[in-house]
Amino acid sequence: MPMPAAEIAALIRAALPEAEVVIEDLAGDGDHYLARVTSPAFAGKSRVQQHKMVYDALGGRMGGELHALQLTTSVPN
Amino acid sequence: MSETNARLSKIVTDSDVVLFMKGTPLFPQCGFSSRAVAILDHCGVAYDSVDVLQDSEIRQGIKAFSDWPTIPQLYVKGEFVGGSDIMMEMYEAGELQQLLNEKQVARAN
Repeated sequence: MPMPAAEIAALIRAALPEAEVVIEDLAGDGDHYLARVTSPAFAGKSRVQQHKMVYDALGGRMGGELHALQLTTSVPN
Repeated sequence: MSETNARLSKIVTDSDVVLFMKGTPLFPQCGFSSRAVAILDHCGVAYDSVDVLQDSEIRQGIKAFSDWPTIPQLYVKGEFVGGSDIMMEMYEAGELQQLLNEKQVARAN
């Protein structure tokens, strides 16, 4: 089952309230997304930890109903 | 430790660099795995790969083993490095090449 982009963004914002979240639908099929997440909560965390925080926000959907989510995380300047 | 975890521990310590992926480096079965292979090829290092599509125990087991929900997954000298997005971010920042150098990984032939 594809997931709408707005739902992905809402889940991320719910877990990381200060995050800036940009979602792109890469293939226009509602199934291949790119997410850019910028949050002060990432400061001092490794890349693996930052990505895990986003995966946790998605509550187990990664690798399941959300197969294709390309993810970039960063700390705001 | 479960039998699967024991197998995974052995796989990630037997090879300096090992990529858990869908398909093989010649015939990747997923765009993310294909990208991970391309990055390692660009780095010019020797690596082994494990096709998780051939082994459902490994396919499920590696997610718990690494506490990481997706495949591909890269290990260097027994340590989990990340998935293809992290590999790309590190590669673009020169950090992946640096890590492989520091870990004194063998070059590809």
